[in-house]
Parts: sequence; C-alpha cells; structure tokens
Amino acid sequence: MDRIPILRMGDLLLVTIQVDMHDRLASALQDDLTGQIAEVSAKGVLIDISSLDIVDSFIGRMLANTSAMARVLGAEAVVVGMQPAVAITLVELGVNLSGVHTALDVEKGVEMLRNRIGFPERDDTDVRF
Amino acid sequence: MNTSIANLLVSQRNEIFQEWMHQQLSSEAMRADLISEADLRTESDRFLEVISRAVQSGNFNDIRAPEYKPVLEMLERFSRSRGFQGFTPSETATFVFSFKQPLFNALRKSGNSEPAEQIENVWAANLLIDKLGLYTTEMYQQSREEVIRRQQEEMLELSTPVVQIWEGILALPLIGTLDSARTSVMMETLLQKIVETRSELAIIDITGVPTVDTLVAQHLLKTVAAARLMGADCLISGIRPQIAQTMVHLQIDLSEVTTKATLAEALRFALKRSGRATQSKDFRE
Repeated sequence: MDRIPILRMGDLLLVTIQVDMHDRLASALQDDLTGQIAEVSAKGVLIDISSLDIVDSFIGRMLANTSAMARVLGAEAVVVGMQPAVAITLVELGVNLSGVHTALDVEKGVEMLRNRIGFPERDDTDVRF
Repeated sequence: MNTSIANLLVSQRNEIFQEWMHQQLSSEAMRADLISEADLRTESDRFLEVISRAVQSGNFNDIRAPEYKPVLEMLERFSRSRGFQGFTPSETATFVFSFKQPLFNALRKSGNSEPAEQIENVWAANLLIDKLGLYTTEMYQQSREEVIRRQQEEMLELSTPVVQIWEGILALPLIGTLDSARTSVMMETLLQKIVETRSELAIIDITGVPTVDTLVAQHLLKTVAAARLMGADCLISGIRPQIAQTMVHLQIDLSEVTTKATLAEALRFALKRSGRATQSKDFRE
C-alpha cells in the first residue's frame, strides 16, 4: 500500500502530500506521523500541500485532525504551501481550519516554527547536532 | 389570402420605395447628421427586398419562421449599427414603422373594392410591421446591453489592483460596491499575488467602498480566511466612522481580523509586525 514519506529535519518532521488522499492513506499517515512524533520527540510538523490542486472537505478535516493530533503529542503543526484555488475552495466549503497554523512555503513554515518553539537546546547527550 | 400584399410589393415596388424614401427624408426622425441619404437608400432598398421575398410565402404571423430569417438578420444588423451611430430606439424603430404608410397607400390604390378583404389585408400588414418594429427595438436593446456587459467586465478587471507596497506587504485598495463576482476576482488576484511575492501580510483598504452590509462583510471575511489558509494575514483598513457604527449595529464580527482606521496606520502596524522599525529616519534613508 502507498505510504506518505515523513522526513525528519532535526526536531521537525516534514510531510509532503503529493497524491490524492483517501481515507486509508489518511489514517496510515496519521498512524505513521503520531508514531514518529512520539519516537523522535519532534517539536514541530510541517505538512506541505503545495502539490495538491484539488482538495475536498475530507482532506480539510484530515488536515485539521492531523494537526490536532500533533498538538496533543506536544508538537506544533503548520500547513504550508496551499494553492490559491485550494484556499478558495476550502473557504467556500466552509472549512476554515481554525486552530491550524499556516505558512506560505516550507521556508516560512520552518521560520514560524522556530519562532514558536525555539531552536533545539544543545546538550551533551544530543548527537543530532 | 394576403397574396395581394405580396403581389403589390413586387409589382408596385418602385412606387412604394419612392414614397417611403420621400417620407423618411422629410420625417422628423430623419437624422441627416448621423446617416447619409445614400446609406438610408441602400438600407431601405435592402429591407424592401428581403421583406417582399419573405411575404411571398404567405406567412404574415410568425416572424420566427425560416422564410423571415433574412429579414431578421437584416434588422439585427441594422439595429446594431444604428445603436452605435447614436440613434435613439424610437428613431430606429420608426424606420420599420414608417413603412406602413406607403404600404397602405399602395393597398388603397390597388383597386380592390371589397372592404372586408381590404381591412383584412391592412390588419395583416399592420401586425407584421408591428412585430418587425418591436424586434428592431429588442435588438437595439440587446446591443446596448452587450455594451454595458463589456464595460462591466472591463471595470472588473480595472478595479482590483493588488500592489506590493513593501517587501512582504501587499495592499488591495477597493473602490466601489463589493458583490460576489467582484469578490471572487479580488480573492483570486490577491491570493495569486501572495504566492508570487511570498508576502505574509495583505492590507485590504476599504476607503472607497461606499457601504458595508452583512454581505460585503461576509465577502471580506471569506477573503481573509482564504489568505489565512495560505499562510498570509490580512489587515482591513479605511473603515470610516459611519461604517464602523453600521458594522457594530449589524453585529458583524470582525474580532478575528486586525482592523485599522487608515491605510497609513495599517502600514505602520504591518512594518512593525514584520520587524521593521517605523521611525521617520528610516524612511528618509
């Protein structure tokens, strides 16, 4: 079965959604992501949807749920790179994603997360840096 | 029945044409400043030709029938050109209606002594010409509406400029009433520009919006929500005191949006938020 790759960048996780979502893929992503957040104790999650041209209320709800799940596990989630047409569609569908942080692109998303969660503390046991 | 009219239009064609021309040239509706006599002659001749061909079918009622197609096409072209030349609708329709008198005169001179038949002929011709006259007015109206529609579209394109006023700051000065068509154009251009310029802040200035009702407010909030979904924040500026009062009376909730009284104030706020100092010496440099 298809899986959406989750990339790790320090204490941030990057998820790039490039294919059409359906409910099994969505729940697989949520399983993987929550598992990863817990495993690496990630502080931030970037969900990049810049390659999605079409979204429906299902994906809208999936995004809201996924970022709520991340928040429960102590990580900030940011949805980045939403296309104009997608934003218009979601607003027309009445999906406002309140409570979800958004950013224009991955770079700005990282910047935003850094402002919110700060840079990772260097300690002797941390081998990542 | 009515074959006599069809025959008359063929046999008496020249007399009818002369009388009609004479009448048109001397009538009040004649606009020598807008159209030359030669052009009018060509048009009249053409009308006479297509109508006499159409009535040969014996159909005097249904102008949508195929045999009237050339007549309607000729009248449509005629109305359009008259509209562009600056004729009024009644002057345009008079062209068709003025055809009645020469036609009736010809009928009278035709020597038909049967009153009932004559009346029937007159009535049929009357109905037909009325219909054609009304069709002319309809076409005139239609061409005018096309002009209005085109102008509206042009205005729509002109009326939603998105300007970048600072690095990362866009401004959208709105002028005129906001309806749903304009809002969607506005939303699209704004969001597109946000992507192009990677701006995180957009100032929607509504100084030029005369009234804000619940619908307009809803359109504004939709735009703000869409920009937020993409990761950009919107400020709304230029809310006049009366509009602020109306908004509160209408219980429009703008608590989710940052609002400022003037564009300058909004720009100051935006600069501060993006980490730029706003002391005056910064601007002088």
